[in-house]
Amino acid sequence: MTQPIPVTVLTGYLGSGKTTLLNRILSQSHGKKYAVIVNEFGEIGIDNDLIVSSDEEIYEMNNGCVCCTVRGDLIRVISNLMKRRGRFDAIIVETTGLADPAPVAQTFFMDDDVRAWAKLDAVIALVDAKHLMLRLKDAPEAEDQIAFADVILLNKIDLVSDDERGKVEAAIRVLNPHAVIYPTKQADIDLGLILDRGAFDLDRILADDPKFLEPESDHHHHEHNHGHDCGPDCDHPDHEYTTSPHDSEITSVSLRGTEMNSDMFFQWINKITQIDGPDILRLKGIIAFADDPDRYVVQGIHMIVEGDHQRPWKDNEKRESRLVFIGRNLDHEKLTRTFAACHA
Amino acid sequence: MPEINNSNFEVFVEYAGFLGDLPIFALADGTVQILATDNISIMPHNGLLSACLSLDGNKLITGGEDGLVLAINPHGEIHQIADLGDQWVDKIAAGPQGLVGFASGRSAFVVDGNSEQKGFTHARTIEGICFAPKGKRMALARYNGVSLHWTGLDAAPVELEWAGSHTGVTISPNGKFIVTTMQENALHGWRLDNPATGDGKHMRMTGYPTKVKSISWSAKGKWLASSGAPAAIVWPFTSKDGPMGKTPKELGSMGDNLVTVVCCHPSQQVVAIGYDNGMVLAVRIDDEKEAVLRKTGKAPVNSLNWDKKGVRLAFGSEEGEAGVIEI
Repeated sequence: MTQPIPVTVLTGYLGSGKTTLLNRILSQSHGKKYAVIVNEFGEIGIDNDLIVSSDEEIYEMNNGCVCCTVRGDLIRVISNLMKRRGRFDAIIVETTGLADPAPVAQTFFMDDDVRAWAKLDAVIALVDAKHLMLRLKDAPEAEDQIAFADVILLNKIDLVSDDERGKVEAAIRVLNPHAVIYPTKQADIDLGLILDRGAFDLDRILADDPKFLEPESDHHHHEHNHGHDCGPDCDHPDHEYTTSPHDSEITSVSLRGTEMNSDMFFQWINKITQIDGPDILRLKGIIAFADDPDRYVVQGIHMIVEGDHQRPWKDNEKRESRLVFIGRNLDHEKLTRTFAACHA
Repeated sequence: MPEINNSNFEVFVEYAGFLGDLPIFALADGTVQILATDNISIMPHNGLLSACLSLDGNKLITGGEDGLVLAINPHGEIHQIADLGDQWVDKIAAGPQGLVGFASGRSAFVVDGNSEQKGFTHARTIEGICFAPKGKRMALARYNGVSLHWTGLDAAPVELEWAGSHTGVTISPNGKFIVTTMQENALHGWRLDNPATGDGKHMRMTGYPTKVKSISWSAKGKWLASSGAPAAIVWPFTSKDGPMGKTPKELGSMGDNLVTVVCCHPSQQVVAIGYDNGMVLAVRIDDEKEAVLRKTGKAPVNSLNWDKKGVRLAFGSEEGEAGVIEI
């Protein structure tokens, strides 16, 4: 069996710069060939056999689960593309500004064929730094896209003051504390930073987040890491936040613990995702099980959860469990209490 | 072991069969190979997505990434049926009296022997297409059911509803049953008690470990063979209620190897079965007697078709292995 083709999902509200980024990906000479699935041929100014237009089409699965949706059009297009897989090295899926990223991502876990041929590499959200605060007030889709993303391009950074930029980053961090944020002008980014990230790859999960397992400080200062290009003269007024800048229902809950009882943890995570799955956008974590020499990594989308043993804990590593939920109406108290009950 | 003439085209074989008496292979890159005294190799499409044989067996109908719908004769001559521009034509069907049906996205078309074209637009993508035995109606599989359109009349279609995504459709040779493959691991069927209204009982055929991608009626429509399991699952359709309340036959059970394609013999109650390890088997349905026609290959078998007399079987795999087996 040949290696599954990596798939990058590009989300972003209208005008955030998705087309500009796509044109960059298609025109730069990086030695890789991309098949691009777009909603409309529209403004992509490049003639390429491998740009395929596709109407976003949501399928509900016949299992009574409202959040178990997939993108039927993607199943078809990817099935057809895979008949000639030698033509390209990777696939990029561009979604419309109003799209919910979850069905796109779930397609790569719920459809057996797509799962065999392709693997989800990362969800990238483009954000218009100038207009994000307005969008967050009137467009729940914009919020979902940020909350769901692994990588966020904070685009049009040249159009905002440092003060505005600080506020926008803070707003993003409330929705999604662990995404990698790259500030860009005209979506100009080293493509190596955003493609082939393995964000859903259990072997690499959270590998770009070295702070993930570090002890949390007393205040909610989020470490300003991940390629943020602040220099020593960085004077962003706001790297710290405790309140939401707007009335969002999306929050994240970070859980931390010591060694867990594996039976109790699996029962708990299955139950939580069954009951609260529709509200859970993403979850990621590293778990230390008692009597288990290996780190256990877990990731999920809505009701889909998958996990695996990753590698042995190193001698100098503290055997600590950490789990992050991003979602709507998350019950912080319940999650904390029930997670704590799974300790060995 | 029967005699096999092997080829390797190194491209996904979309269709392997016989055009008239000549073996023909349609490949995903858009080439078509006709094996004759002087082999014919043509490239009618820039990317080929669908192919089927006309009912008289003398034309291969193809659809491509280039939006073209073409008919190819045994001399390799190409006749254009339609041009949909940059749309992918990934569903195609042939019917009686030279009817050709094809679909791209949410639009389907039927073209008759006089090149008259008629279109149908749906709210959701058309995923499967087939004709009723006399060609008066064309069935379109879609999200949440099937639409039965009249090919020659401007009358409203009959709608058959069942929740979920229907990815393919077939009508029994006697016109009494309509069966779809689904996105979930199941077939769904309707008994067409009253073809004018679509009233009739539902049939659920479940238990498959994977999606069913290939279905084939046996001679006279006695059985419906299907892929999607480690054996060909063959449902009885001889009684009024079809397979309801009956268990299917599991033919050619091969442990871990999944059946990827099935094709029933044109006159005998025999089914040819292709597997994901490249094996090809023929099994007599009544006594379940098996004959190995090809031991193994390097890729899943994607297409199997008998010639008209049922004495030769053409096969093609996902990685371009292809051949003709003389029985």
